[in-house]
Amino acid sequence: MLTAQNFFSSIPSWLPLLQTWFDTSLLDTKTLILLVAILLVLGFCWVGSRLLRRQPAANLDAAIVRTFDNRVSAWLTICVLLAVTMMFGRIFTVVFFFFVSFWALREFITMTPTRRGDHRTLFWVFFLFTPLQYIMVALDWYNLYTIVIPVYASLFIPGRIAMTGDTKRFLERIAKIQFGLLICVYALSHAPALLYLKLQKLNLSSYEWEVWDGKPAGILLYFVVMVQISDTLHFAWDRLFGKHVIAPTVNATRTWEGIIGAAVGTAIAGMLIQLLLPVTPFTWYGAGIMAGLISVMASSGSMTMSAIKRDRGVKDYGTLVHGHAGVLDRIDSVCFAAPIFFHVTRFFLQRPETAPEMVRQLTGVFNL
Amino acid sequence: MKSVSVAVLAGLAKFFSGATVRWVDCEPDACQRVYFANHTSHLDALVLWASLPKQLRSVTRPVAAKDYWNGGPVRRYVSSLFNVILIDRKKVKARNNPIDMMIEEIGNRDSLIVFPEGSRNPTGEMREFKSGMYYLAKKRPDLEFMPVYIDNLNRVMPKGEFLPVPLLSCITIGPPLWLEAGERKHDFLGRARQAIIKLKEQDSNEP
Repeated sequence: MLTAQNFFSSIPSWLPLLQTWFDTSLLDTKTLILLVAILLVLGFCWVGSRLLRRQPAANLDAAIVRTFDNRVSAWLTICVLLAVTMMFGRIFTVVFFFFVSFWALREFITMTPTRRGDHRTLFWVFFLFTPLQYIMVALDWYNLYTIVIPVYASLFIPGRIAMTGDTKRFLERIAKIQFGLLICVYALSHAPALLYLKLQKLNLSSYEWEVWDGKPAGILLYFVVMVQISDTLHFAWDRLFGKHVIAPTVNATRTWEGIIGAAVGTAIAGMLIQLLLPVTPFTWYGAGIMAGLISVMASSGSMTMSAIKRDRGVKDYGTLVHGHAGVLDRIDSVCFAAPIFFHVTRFFLQRPETAPEMVRQLTGVFNL
Repeated sequence: MKSVSVAVLAGLAKFFSGATVRWVDCEPDACQRVYFANHTSHLDALVLWASLPKQLRSVTRPVAAKDYWNGGPVRRYVSSLFNVILIDRKKVKARNNPIDMMIEEIGNRDSLIVFPEGSRNPTGEMREFKSGMYYLAKKRPDLEFMPVYIDNLNRVMPKGEFLPVPLLSCITIGPPLWLEAGERKHDFLGRARQAIIKLKEQDSNEP
């Protein structure tokens, strides 16, 4: 029988270079299949949305079509770039996320009123803390990159601004800069940091831990796919079954049905993907729980960013300054989900030699 | 070599200012024009010049303050790259009238970038325009006067700072205006200033 495994291992020997290159990339057969599947689905949606836009707008809600088209185009761009960087190696993926962070932070600070006194602090935020965070991720300095922004930068920002002597709306200004740095840089940097995790997995038949030897790209891809599925399901449930709006002042279309439906749907999708293409070290139920968690975090991320936008009176970060793409609009859900997904994964699945005592005790309690 | 440096300079200016350019009811054109803009940052001249299409950059000359752009070798080098016409703000006399100098410099080929407020305004509120633009229009009535509204660049590099913070800014270029027959100085300058204010309001009213 010709399985995907056979197909790729039967790559003719006159392509040894390609084979070597593929082996050294972040991908293996399973992750490659997943990646191709994502790109196909997104490509299909993209063509579909282009066709929809050409339709006479009689029986279509133009706003929905435009939203759909924007999202599909953005996600397609992100996934293509992600796919390309993953073929070249971890460092390229980290650099890619650095640029996304940098741009998102630009959008965030542009939208946020700051004062003259914040100028030099902002300079350090953009040109010291942002690159430093990604350098530390690339060097896998876990103990530092989890601390530098929440502690060092968070204390540096108010200290430096206080020295300028401008006290007007002081607390508000430092909070805005801290939050921007936390969400756009710190939180997002945990997505490429997934590539550096050394994980173990639970063998469900013997109930024993064994080293997970899958390619790290699998876990990042799984994460990105789950966020996309969650966003899509949220949108669909809101439109089809949404009755109870969560907070009309924040977003008139986000409903409780949407948030719960998306979480349940994403959890099921997570289980299915793990059963069909085990690209992560999770057990099938673990994959479901993680997917549900990602979905809830993603939904709260979009809600939070919507609330900030309403407060500032802008609709999208993209229209804030004319003609910009609105990176922050697309990655708000990723930003909220990434650090939580990273930490839960690391907490439960890192290899015992690095796992804290608490986890070993916990796994003992549950007889895992 | 110079063309490479010019391209690098334009690229850097565009990157740090994150500038998007919108042409409202007008198009880029190589005819002789005077772009007049609100002045909020030392980067204004550079970024506005950099955000013009490449073919127009070589024939567009920003008018800038001699005391700033001659201060130090870096600024002098940069100003030589983007063809600035340096104006001495301190010693304006009939003998070295800057308007005559500008007209001489542009000949019948180049366009100008001017900041009729004269100096940058830290609050972002626009000052009254200096009269130079009126005399320019009177001597060269064939020039198209293009209002330009520069938004957010004062946050990229405020007065008194030397390091930029890479926020996003926006440059809006509006439809041209000309000096009407018999129009008085005060009316023309007021109309020009109003054109920029109109671009600013349009900018903030759109969704």
